[in-house]
Amino acid sequence: MKLLGWFRPVTAKLFHRSETAIDMEEELHSHIQLRADDLERSGVPHAEAERRARIEFGSHERFKEECHEALGGNLVETLVNDFRFSLRVLRKSPVFTFAAVFTLALAIGSNSVVFGVIEGLILRPLHVPQAESLWGLERGSDKAVNQSYPDYLDLRDRNRSFDGLAAYNVADVGIDTGNNPSGAWIVETTGNYFDVLRIQPYIGRFFHASDEYGPNSAPFIVLTYAYWHTHFQDDRGVVGRVVQLNKHPFTILGVAPPDFQGTLLFVAPDFWVPIVNQEQIEGTYMLNARGTREILMVMGHLKAGVTPAQAIADLNSIGADLEKSYPKDDGHMTFSLVRPSLSGDWIAGPIRAFLTGLMLLAALILLAACANLGSLFAARAADRSREVALRLALGSSHKRIIRSLFAEAVLISLVGGAIGLWASIGLLRGLSVWEPLPTAPVRIPVKPDANVFLFALLLVLASGFLFGIVPVRQVLRANPYEVVKAGSSGRVGRRMTVRDVLLVVQIAICAVLVTSSMVAVRGLVRSLHSNFGFEPRNAMLVETALSMAGYSGDSVPVMQKRIIEALATIPGVESVGSVDRPPLYYGANSSTVFTDKTADLRPSNAAAEAAMYNISPEYFHAAGTSLLSGRSLTWHDDKNSPRVAVVNRQFAKQIFGSESRALGGYYKMPDGTRLQVIGIVEDGKYGHLAEDPQPAMFLPIQQSPSSSTVFVVRSDRDPQQLVAAIKKAVQGQDAGLPFEIRSWNQELDSALFGPRMATVALGVLGMMGAMLSITGIFGIAAYSVSRRLRELGIRVALGAQRSEVLQAALGRALMLLAIGSLSGLVLGILASRVLAFIVYQATPRDPLVLGGVVVAMSLLGVVATWIPAQRALAIDPVTLLREE
Amino acid sequence: MTDQAQLLPGTLDLLILKAVSLGPLHGYGVLLRIGQISGRALLIEQGALYPALFRLVRQGLLKANWGTSENNRRAKFYELTSAGRKRLREETDGWNRLTAAIDSALAARPEET
Repeated sequence: MKLLGWFRPVTAKLFHRSETAIDMEEELHSHIQLRADDLERSGVPHAEAERRARIEFGSHERFKEECHEALGGNLVETLVNDFRFSLRVLRKSPVFTFAAVFTLALAIGSNSVVFGVIEGLILRPLHVPQAESLWGLERGSDKAVNQSYPDYLDLRDRNRSFDGLAAYNVADVGIDTGNNPSGAWIVETTGNYFDVLRIQPYIGRFFHASDEYGPNSAPFIVLTYAYWHTHFQDDRGVVGRVVQLNKHPFTILGVAPPDFQGTLLFVAPDFWVPIVNQEQIEGTYMLNARGTREILMVMGHLKAGVTPAQAIADLNSIGADLEKSYPKDDGHMTFSLVRPSLSGDWIAGPIRAFLTGLMLLAALILLAACANLGSLFAARAADRSREVALRLALGSSHKRIIRSLFAEAVLISLVGGAIGLWASIGLLRGLSVWEPLPTAPVRIPVKPDANVFLFALLLVLASGFLFGIVPVRQVLRANPYEVVKAGSSGRVGRRMTVRDVLLVVQIAICAVLVTSSMVAVRGLVRSLHSNFGFEPRNAMLVETALSMAGYSGDSVPVMQKRIIEALATIPGVESVGSVDRPPLYYGANSSTVFTDKTADLRPSNAAAEAAMYNISPEYFHAAGTSLLSGRSLTWHDDKNSPRVAVVNRQFAKQIFGSESRALGGYYKMPDGTRLQVIGIVEDGKYGHLAEDPQPAMFLPIQQSPSSSTVFVVRSDRDPQQLVAAIKKAVQGQDAGLPFEIRSWNQELDSALFGPRMATVALGVLGMMGAMLSITGIFGIAAYSVSRRLRELGIRVALGAQRSEVLQAALGRALMLLAIGSLSGLVLGILASRVLAFIVYQATPRDPLVLGGVVVAMSLLGVVATWIPAQRALAIDPVTLLREE
Repeated sequence: MTDQAQLLPGTLDLLILKAVSLGPLHGYGVLLRIGQISGRALLIEQGALYPALFRLVRQGLLKANWGTSENNRRAKFYELTSAGRKRLREETDGWNRLTAAIDSALAARPEET
């Protein structure tokens, strides 16, 4: 009551319980006074006169109400009245209120979170000026976004559709500011990058196209605001300072504005460096190779008045020309445009599909919640039919009662929505600062903004209306005289009511959610136990970039061999190998390969696109990849001996037709080199977990050097114990070499990130679905028991067995549960086909999943009906019948 | 009580306009005036008067001012606006036509059909 007492004057002040109201009160009072005066004059004693005047006046409150309505209804005031009344009603049934608010908070919260992520990743335009005219280029029918630098130059200089085209690449680099060398993620850009994007510096200046004069000519850095803030403590004197990148001096030119973090939403780089300095950054210079498509993306603003279609036609004509001029390097040079914020469609597509699916599921949750609350409300309305009838009989209008029911619904949804929104904002904030992968600068850039609030508010009102409308028909049908006369016990209908249908719908939806999440979880478990083609357990990865320490050319394999030998001497180490980039690490390097008979080595004649690994001899042993036939590589496979390769089984089948024909056979690389296959290893996963078997080749590092090196250290004990020894061994070879040590299982986090996120999201939704079905079944079972207490009491008195009582009390709820679960299961299986696109090996036709869903739903049923069942069994007919 | 007539729906407004047209009145006065001019034949629930008064004020047919009653009580007095006067004329004409028609209908004899 205290709360209400405080609430009333506040709302009064808030809504100006206006002068009209005071005025009206005074006028009615004056009427009664005048009447009392008259009565007194005719001889009635004072007190009696006032009493009679009041009685004659009639229902004071009601007329006041009507006066307000006559005044054109002070809408706010009527609403406040309605809400005050609803508040009072809801306070009387705290359990119901809590359940309803909780349900809605869950549903609205999950919707807001999903919407927030969609808003952050898809709906909100990039934070650059005129984002609507900024487009990235995709090439060919497979929509590749990567281009080669020479092709980029041609496109940039010959197109007539763009206000300049810029290109960039993501790379990592070692930075030394004087005390502590560390790794950093950078974006290598063309000189015109900032000008094309129309970004202005926060302090200092940016580099421009005019700063570039060929390879390594522009040793400049532009810092992101975040990196400047965390690593240079907002020091404005940083402009002009020289720092070492991979032991080469670079000058800091300026700092980018706080809200600009590059054009890839989910990558947060530390700084920008001109791409012409690629050799200093990556150790190799590939900007001259037209066939090497290492540029991550080319993008630019369309000129005013140029449509995307015109731009595509323009680019395609350049592309056709390039195909003709460079048949060896350029094929499929047709273009399409894509928003640059999520890279190309190869990433944006699955993200969009997944988020759309998630939004659908979240909407289903909300729908289930509404169905749940709708049936609860209907049950309550039925329970309150006596009260409603009394109010009708006492002169309240149907309109008024329905309004108050709606007020209750909206009140609940407002409170539930507010709680849900609050929780979801917390979650979104958490997501936006989360760094999910230790090995990459990946961010989920979601910031809850006004749109999220608006979205939640809309959902709140819509859902309040949706479940508020359910009991309306019941109220309209209510005949006060009938109800008051007959009492509330009512008939025990055998007919399917709206309530039953709602419950079935709700349970079906929940079963869909439970099925989907089980399919997803099962898919993840399977993908974790599928054969990777290597054994991540008991293996540590030591990642170095020799180029960061100044190694290049022939000094690279020498150093690699020295480190391998040093690592191999550590006690407990079984074997050590090296690979340029471990499998399942952000995609695989690949190259086209040709059969030995192919003379014309243009891309369209390629036999396959094969994953390519540069490995040391011991790699297969260290990685746990088994050799099927032939021999492994040795240190004798060096520059002076014939070029050789080990390929996987899929490669042998695809290029040679069979393993036996592959062994000893030859194939060609795009530059014409002939390689002899000396061994065949098992298939594995290279790019991502869900891929079909891919051809792969393994080349010796001495014949095909690569400066990026990951050492694989396999031991017979827990490799974590070796970390210190590994550190010492590497530093013993070169103290200035930056490196990181991780277990291979940790490394796999990146490959499993997508499926894991999907599984977590689906799992959470499944849990919510399960919770909703519990509250739904519980509500309906508890209601049916409480309504039929008297009947059940009589049954018990007449000698009904426990099972019969349970059957009578809960049979219907359980039947509805069965119908709902079954239809949900069928729907879920259909829906799971969609999941198969996202989650590896997600197949709904899995007896474990089917069984799991059935068990889960039955368990839910048992849990939800437990309390009502206890209550039904505890019926003591004597007390019960006496009470009634 | 039996000689009192039920008010037809919609007629309360007309009676109020008529009562106020004879001079400014407070709410209770309107009630007394209607009783007086109808020969105490019409029964109006006291409180029901006020929603009607507020409605007429809102429609701009009446205007209201606080004043002092004959026995020195503060009371709100109503008087007709020009729109109210016009409405009263129209409603009166309409009422007269209606009653005339109903009278003649009710007075009809078998031979006249």
